[in-house]
Amino acid sequence: MVQKAPRKSAAKTTHHVSAQVIKDLHERMVRIRLFETEAGKLMEAGKLPGFLHLYVGQEAVAAGVMAALRDDDQITSTHRGHGHAVAKGVGFREMYSELYGRVTGACLGRGGSMHINDLTRGMLGANGIVGAGVPIAVGAAFAARYKGEDNIAVTFFGDGATNIGAWHEGANMAAILDLPVVFVCENNGYAEFTPQSAHMLITDVADRAAAYGMPSVIVDGMDAVAVHRAATEAVERARSGAGPMMIEAKTYRFFDHQGVKGLRHPYRSDEEVAEWKSRDPIGLIETRAVADGTATRAELDEVWQRTRDEIAEAIAYAESSPLPDPADMLLNVYSG
Amino acid sequence: MTLTTEAPAGVPVAAARRLSYVKAFNEGLAQAMREDENVFVAGEDVAGYGGVFRMFDNLLDEFGPRRMIDTPISEAALVGLGVGAAARGLRPVVDLMFMDFIGVCLDQIVNQAAKMKYMFGGGLSVPLTITTASGAGLGAAAQHSQSLEAWLAHVPGLKVVMPSDAYTAKGLTVSAIRDDNPVVVMLNKVLLGSTSEVPEEIYGIPLGQAHTARQGSDVTVIALGRMVGEALAAADELAAEGVEIEVIDPRTVQPLDTETMFASVRRTNRVLVVHEAVTFGGLGAEIAAQIQDVVFDYLDAPVLRIGAPFSPVPFSPVLEKAYVPDRARIAQGCRRLLERS
Ligand SMILES: Cc1ncc(C[n+]2csc(CCOP(=O)(O)OP(=O)(O)O)c2C)c(N)n1
Repeated sequence: MVQKAPRKSAAKTTHHVSAQVIKDLHERMVRIRLFETEAGKLMEAGKLPGFLHLYVGQEAVAAGVMAALRDDDQITSTHRGHGHAVAKGVGFREMYSELYGRVTGACLGRGGSMHINDLTRGMLGANGIVGAGVPIAVGAAFAARYKGEDNIAVTFFGDGATNIGAWHEGANMAAILDLPVVFVCENNGYAEFTPQSAHMLITDVADRAAAYGMPSVIVDGMDAVAVHRAATEAVERARSGAGPMMIEAKTYRFFDHQGVKGLRHPYRSDEEVAEWKSRDPIGLIETRAVADGTATRAELDEVWQRTRDEIAEAIAYAESSPLPDPADMLLNVYSG
Repeated sequence: MTLTTEAPAGVPVAAARRLSYVKAFNEGLAQAMREDENVFVAGEDVAGYGGVFRMFDNLLDEFGPRRMIDTPISEAALVGLGVGAAARGLRPVVDLMFMDFIGVCLDQIVNQAAKMKYMFGGGLSVPLTITTASGAGLGAAAQHSQSLEAWLAHVPGLKVVMPSDAYTAKGLTVSAIRDDNPVVVMLNKVLLGSTSEVPEEIYGIPLGQAHTARQGSDVTVIALGRMVGEALAAADELAAEGVEIEVIDPRTVQPLDTETMFASVRRTNRVLVVHEAVTFGGLGAEIAAQIQDVVFDYLDAPVLRIGAPFSPVPFSPVLEKAYVPDRARIAQGCRRLLERS
């Protein structure tokens, strides 16, 4: 049930979610969580160059949306893009190798954490420029319709990004051209260290969709099933030619804006962080899955263990991979 | 790294005190704010957080939220806010965090701030200061590492300064704020923690005046921003080989003090220009062209340029290191120049 924005209530969509989907959501979230926590440890150990914007806490959003997509659906991501990439199916080996700056990385060591992409999986890249992915997703959606293909595009962005001109221009363009694109706001309450209340006067970012005639829905971003239901509806809608829609997922990042901790200023309270952590999206889905008999504890543990093994292998692969050769400095500046 | 702290005439130099580049910037900004009520600072996370590079530490405590303003992530509106406020007599300092983000607000900088006085027939001035961090070396990759001074220096109406050490970070910032034109202050990320001697009192370094950071008779090295330190290190290395390098720090790249460069070329007869930015279309091309226009007859060898290859800044540290010019490449360039008769 899609409503015209503004919309203040949580989404109550009625899609049935099968046990298979619950397990799928769980596995995607565990993969993100472990990828991220291990990357954080590597960063703290001084093994990774550059910046690392961790996604931990927001897993339900990437998992919920990506489980509603096909491989040929396109996404654009943000500076906090690992979760989107993992959930879209980008391999651990390419991702860790990229974080290490190895030539086996997703960007051949040229891009690093903020530029991970995988075109075979419709992952049009993380992005270092806030808001820049939004018009690009609109363009990808345009291409799909132009070519008569039925894939759609999803653009992920934070609450902070909706203050950027490119976001507004992209939203209006998508609406006026009636393109198959889904806008997913991961509202974690902060832009870097600035709380939402200090960078916009509205409570729900979804209200912004209304300005462009785009319907919207607000969901609990810690609940992967709720996100998945909303995403399924938005994706079906877009695929059927009914135009763009926005999902606002209220969520939280557990680590610092960049890196793991190093909070030089207490821009958010310990109580606030603890409260959100008590609603850990993976904990929520596991409790529910065990309670309703969807999965046993042993089955869930098996997912963690299997993923841990895969990650250990991928890190070893990255560490033993060759570095790029400076002689190839100009590689890919142009094509052809 | 030995960096000179010699002050231009008229600038008082108090007892030696070393300060980091970022603290020197902060001190200059704070003093300029004390000096002029009309100076205020706006930017993302500049007030409550003190800036992601600690550039604005403690300023909120002293100046309060009227003069230290945290803005949304809205760079076009941020620079526009500065242009409008400047047009109405304030002296805004707006911060763009990473220089790469100017792509988002280039219209406000290039078409509005830079041209307003000219287009309006001189009726107003735009005393806007834009601060930002440029440069590679932190593994920050292609969208967070650029040196885009050539883009800005090409635009009539803008001034662009590139502090090469703590002393110039403070003095150029103060002058930028006091200047009645839009001035972009390009701080270098790798230099933030580097220290040099910095006077405690407020001082401005004249915009458009180059500084001879080291005197020498054999080769003139004109170095921008972080490359000044690299050139001085190369000069130490070459001195051991009996070669005397003159190092010129333009400090301001727009307007550019070519007279100091010409005078140096007349003495040394050989020139190397080095910058972190991509060589193609970089300021090295402009400087080389002006030198050959005016002092061609004094040259014993063609002007040599060293800059980055024609590629976005790579992420992998092994590539990034090869990408950015360093003291070894500068020394090698000087040797090459000397080999030519
Ligand atoms: C155009 C631009 N301005 C500023 C930045 C610096 N920056 C990186 S992330 C960020 C905050 C983004 O907030 P939000 O969109 O809410 O995403 P979140 O970090 O919360 O996931 C900022 C200001 C940038 N990368 N690009």
